[in-house]
Amino acid sequence: MAIWIMRLRLAHHLGKKIASLEALKLSSWASSLHPWIPASLASSDDRYASKLVRNPVARYAARRFGSTKAQESVSEVTNGSKQVMDFPGGKVMFIPEMRFLAESPGERISCYRVLDDDGQTISGSSFQEVSKEIALKMYSDMVTLQIMDTIFYEAQRQGRISFYLTSIGEEAINVASAAALTINDIVFPQYREPGVLLWRGFTLQEFANQCFGNKSDYGKGRQMPIHYGSNRLNYFTVSSPIATQIPHAVGAAYSLKMDKKHACAVTYFGDGGTSEGDFHAALNFAAVMEVPIIFFCRNNGWAISTPTTEQFRSDGAVIRGQAYGLRSIRVDGNDALAVYSAVHAAREMAIRESRPILVEALTYRVGHHSTSDDSTKYRPVDEIEHWRTARDPVSRYRKWIERNGWLCDDAESELRSNVRKELLHAIQVAEKMEKPPLAELFTDVYDQVPSNLHEQERLLRETIKQHNGDYPPEVPV
Amino acid sequence: MALRGLGRRISIGKRCFSSASEVEKRPRDGKQINLFSAINQALHIALETDSRAYVFGEDVGFGGVFRCTTGLADRFGRNRVFNTPLCEQGIAGFAIGLAAMGNRAIAEIQFADYIYPAFDQIVNEAAKFRYRSGNQFNCGGLTIRSPYGAVGHGGHYHSQSPEAFFCHVPGLKVVIPRSPQQAKGLLLACIRDPNPVVFFEPKWLYRLAVEEVPERDYMLPLSQAEVIRQGSDITLVGWGAQLSVLERACDEAAKDGISCELIDLRTLIPWDKETVEASVRKTGRLLVSHEAPVTGGFGAEISASIAERCFLRHGLQLEAPVARICGLDTPFPLVYEPFYMPTKNKVLDAIKATVNY
Repeated sequence: MAIWIMRLRLAHHLGKKIASLEALKLSSWASSLHPWIPASLASSDDRYASKLVRNPVARYAARRFGSTKAQESVSEVTNGSKQVMDFPGGKVMFIPEMRFLAESPGERISCYRVLDDDGQTISGSSFQEVSKEIALKMYSDMVTLQIMDTIFYEAQRQGRISFYLTSIGEEAINVASAAALTINDIVFPQYREPGVLLWRGFTLQEFANQCFGNKSDYGKGRQMPIHYGSNRLNYFTVSSPIATQIPHAVGAAYSLKMDKKHACAVTYFGDGGTSEGDFHAALNFAAVMEVPIIFFCRNNGWAISTPTTEQFRSDGAVIRGQAYGLRSIRVDGNDALAVYSAVHAAREMAIRESRPILVEALTYRVGHHSTSDDSTKYRPVDEIEHWRTARDPVSRYRKWIERNGWLCDDAESELRSNVRKELLHAIQVAEKMEKPPLAELFTDVYDQVPSNLHEQERLLRETIKQHNGDYPPEVPV
Repeated sequence: MALRGLGRRISIGKRCFSSASEVEKRPRDGKQINLFSAINQALHIALETDSRAYVFGEDVGFGGVFRCTTGLADRFGRNRVFNTPLCEQGIAGFAIGLAAMGNRAIAEIQFADYIYPAFDQIVNEAAKFRYRSGNQFNCGGLTIRSPYGAVGHGGHYHSQSPEAFFCHVPGLKVVIPRSPQQAKGLLLACIRDPNPVVFFEPKWLYRLAVEEVPERDYMLPLSQAEVIRQGSDITLVGWGAQLSVLERACDEAAKDGISCELIDLRTLIPWDKETVEASVRKTGRLLVSHEAPVTGGFGAEISASIAERCFLRHGLQLEAPVARICGLDTPFPLVYEPFYMPTKNKVLDAIKATVNY
């Protein structure tokens, strides 16, 4: 069953914004799970809303469902043929037959998609309209990301930068999700989301500076390439450990809620990241604290060489949302419009209802994990090629744009050529620029440089005088 | 508040925390309160003076298992003082994110023995947050407070002193108070310090240590050791609950004519080498004492640093090897706790041996 998230619109109603959301209905693919979201439950299910016991958890539940009247404590209430018991956590019905909940609901959670493989909107699809300006910027940024990835990857191969990782195949995820957010939404990336930075205005020169670790790198040359960060653009600095950013985003979302900001936190991670403890911790905290956050899982099928069959046995990441009390959606990550729509809706819900939303975007990691990886060692070359060509999110989206008459071939090749030129120039500039001065090795460990570091710097400088040849000349001393 | 013995725990006698010190004046404008009350006062003040300060952790809502957070939720509301799910990595990660947005995140880890799930967040994220971002971001508003140390019957998992693990991490501060008056001032300083701090509270002293503590808002300096007692024959360095053991050892050594200089390190990183060094230049002898196991304990860092700096210079020198009286290299035992601990007599024997070297 499809997941309805908005009033049905047909593709030819251009420029009209989707009105307020209607009541959500989750597909009842498992009979043991509630079919309705809590807002509906309060009105439709008085049996639970009105008969509450004097335990704090039930009182808490009462706040959510609207009734605050404490009733007589009952240990068992007969209600027709079903018998009900109360325990900490609320009332449950008991059954005399022993039944195990199946390890999976039988049918996989359906995947929201708007564009078919040919870039045609699927009949009956509903999606968030996007203006021509936004649509074209999305396309342009997706193309820029592709070119950026190609050229930086090459630069690493040539030994000009030490490391790189690409986002090939995930351009729609990167750019369309960013487009559905505002600049005030705080982003906590994993590392395969430079397109989000690009959308927000990070320049090719800024990307190049970080990759070369030169004196204009905002990170002051301290981290490996692709560990971008920008406080101006509300994009927290990338760190290599997997999934550590996820609970940070929850704390940040709590801050936004307390400060009554009209914004949410967004955090990205891969399928592998959902195995880390920080993922589980964060989802649970987010649900309990009721914070405005989007958890965006890029399920691209691979965690370096580990396929998802070796990562988990659940139906991907989306199914876990409900286990923690999160509203969730699965979306075709290679469909820019679907990603845009889902994130747009998720953001609205997250902020308006101050709740966490889990979005799982299915996709494929076309590139190797990084320049330190050769993925042909663990997966077939023709599989990679299939996803690179037939399932390319950028060309699929381009077809939709072209059908709207918004793009012509000339503009396309001019765009590509301009980006390539600009990027090559940026790399030249970044490469020639000197590195940050030695003093920056010791700053920012604390807000002030402590005495032990002053001393270590002094000793180091003496050593450098003695053994100048040991040290790279690009770092000014 | 009367002192009570703890089961078969050796008698600890009356504690004097208001020894005269020429570094700091002891104000006489407070009430006699214990350690958890002093910490409670600090938290009340922290929340009162900064509307973007938050206190959270397991069970802090009702006042906490050691009553350090009593009254906070009632006074400041459940939005600012709240329970978290039982998950230390979540507490730390959430706290980092909250601090990164400019708030003062005061997180509690219920026992230092349970801090390890948070270790990745603390070491890989909190400690490096400012540095790795080129100072674009920081989580300086983060303070993690946690009860640590022997309590008489805590065994493996309610007695640990894990400070050494954190002292090895550039970017963190580690602070340990010895008494109620110190704890309030140091905790407020930690909360307001623009760097992530781990604040270990000696749980044994929560009820037993009673001292006059000013009711006002005050802070004590970080990275400044305090010379609690002046002396000329040997320098003793310690922190937290161990200071009272060292103090009693000093008293008894004085009966044998040995004059001990006693230093409370207070901040373990970045630590005040200058004060310790100046003292050892004067006395020529050093003894470090801590509950944590001796191997790789923070005493090793102090010993090595001082040996480097004071071995032989300008006629002044170390007269004897640096002594370390610490916990044994075993998990913290239950029935053997009295044998494991660095007790007054172990310290006293080492003082005499060092002086007579």
